[in-house]
Amino acid sequence: MTAFFHHFLYDFRIGLREKSLLMLNYLFPLGFYALMGLLMTGLNPTFAPTMIPSMILVAVMANTMLGLPNPIVESREAGIFRSFKINGVPAGSIVTIPVLSSFVHILLVSAIITITAVPFFKAGMPAHWGWFVLILLLTIFAFASIGMLIGVVSPNSRSIVLFSQLIFLPSMLLGGLMIPSSMLPPALYRVSLLLPTVHSMNAWMGLAFDMTPVFNPVWSVLILLSSGVLAFAFSIYLFNWDNKNRLKGRNPLLALITWIPFVLGAIFIPG
Amino acid sequence: MQDDVVLVEDFRKVYGNINAVDGISFEVHRGEIFGLLGPNGAGKTTTLESLEGLRQPTSGSLRILGVDPTLQPQRLNNMIGVQLQASGLPGSMTSKEAMEFFCAYHHVAPRPDLLVRLGLGEKLSSQYSTLSTGLQRRLSLALAVAHDPPLVLLDEPTAGLDVGSRVELHEVMKELKAKGSTIILATHDMAEAEKMADRVAILLKGKIAATGTPTQLTAAGSGLVKISVSSETGVLKSYTGVFPEVAQQLIKDEYLIYYSSDAGTTVPAIFDYLKAHGDHLVDLRVERPSLEDRFLEITQPDYSNGG
Repeated sequence: MTAFFHHFLYDFRIGLREKSLLMLNYLFPLGFYALMGLLMTGLNPTFAPTMIPSMILVAVMANTMLGLPNPIVESREAGIFRSFKINGVPAGSIVTIPVLSSFVHILLVSAIITITAVPFFKAGMPAHWGWFVLILLLTIFAFASIGMLIGVVSPNSRSIVLFSQLIFLPSMLLGGLMIPSSMLPPALYRVSLLLPTVHSMNAWMGLAFDMTPVFNPVWSVLILLSSGVLAFAFSIYLFNWDNKNRLKGRNPLLALITWIPFVLGAIFIPG
Repeated sequence: MQDDVVLVEDFRKVYGNINAVDGISFEVHRGEIFGLLGPNGAGKTTTLESLEGLRQPTSGSLRILGVDPTLQPQRLNNMIGVQLQASGLPGSMTSKEAMEFFCAYHHVAPRPDLLVRLGLGEKLSSQYSTLSTGLQRRLSLALAVAHDPPLVLLDEPTAGLDVGSRVELHEVMKELKAKGSTIILATHDMAEAEKMADRVAILLKGKIAATGTPTQLTAAGSGLVKISVSSETGVLKSYTGVFPEVAQQLIKDEYLIYYSSDAGTTVPAIFDYLKAHGDHLVDLRVERPSLEDRFLEITQPDYSNGG
């Protein structure tokens, strides 16, 4: 436990110490939040009620899609994981600790957004705080596990950019952050159901903000939970200590199984 | 349990069609420094990494204090300390954090005294990436030995170090040996191996080409003594004959270099020649064959002493 705690403390500090991670964990999401608060609340009156979950989702994606995977690949390429293995650091700790660090960083940013959005930008407050926090935790878990899985299966940093942007960019455009997904054309709406942000927003709207969800929010909760569990499990299963020793039979394409809950949602959720 | 800390028997490692290591066997005794020598691609790193549990042997047996590194890696963690050739540490980790981090996973108290002993006392808060190569090596060594492992594996520990740092690391290795640690030292530095190792194995194309003490290995070579002579007028350069017992000779800068099977016969003959031609000696050096000479004999078939 002491070793795990030391490891966690170190990993958390790195999230503040390294400029690129500080940018992605704090400066970018908070700067984006301030900018959107100043611009969007004036331009789009429908933005304020969903501002808190939208801006929290930007923070979640910046941390988990853009920040979390790269150190995994860099550590593997630099032989750091080999050194960890020799010194008895378990693979489970290497996978779990960055996910836990993401929880703490994102919770801090979420707290700042939630506390300041109402007085500064007249944002909508959650009606049910328990659900709000629960869905926040579930969202962080799902995204951080997916981010970890991207780091685990990516052979190099270029692949990370590709995989992360495959989720980040569509989520920003179609993920319900700026425009409710219910306003999308039917075909794009189906596509948007493949994105985790749509389910987080839908769950928050229906369960935490007393707003009308696009579809039954229970489906969103189940999809986020199942994909998070799958991503975390495959992160441990597919983890490699170095690039030269990929474990036989553990094909990185297995990671695609993580998306099955989203695919099922896109097929079967009515709308 | 016999007194072998490491036992390697018929170890093979194949990558695709390449035999990286081809059926080598050796043992490392308790308390000795064992040098693993060889040119690039000889199989040194593959052997070390297999002993460290990072690679799985294709066949054969590896044992460290009776433990199979592949099957029981968890038991191995506290038995070995490893200084990897590559960094192995996150660039933003400070020296102090690194010590706390690794000691925590080895379930021992941090050893700041080791950092001070190795000249890192003023660099406790410095990030790894900001340390000089010498300090990075020292930190790696401190981390490798902080949990007092019975076996320490050092991969090119003095590569890229200045003379002072090199001497200091050699002192640390001697201290470890004096405390009873066993050390496997992979190095390209023949002088280092000759100075530090009790026994060495020379790897060549995945096989052990020679093994023994440095003295045994050098004695098993051609046995030619190197005689370097420099004189005032350089009259030796125009000598067309061959001095007694000289197998080969060459000119290098101002020196005539002779490889002799009997220096006691060759040197007086050189003196007589100089005296007869009115020349005077400026410098004379007689050197026994070094481990490097022997290494080159083994690893480069075209090499003969002086070649």
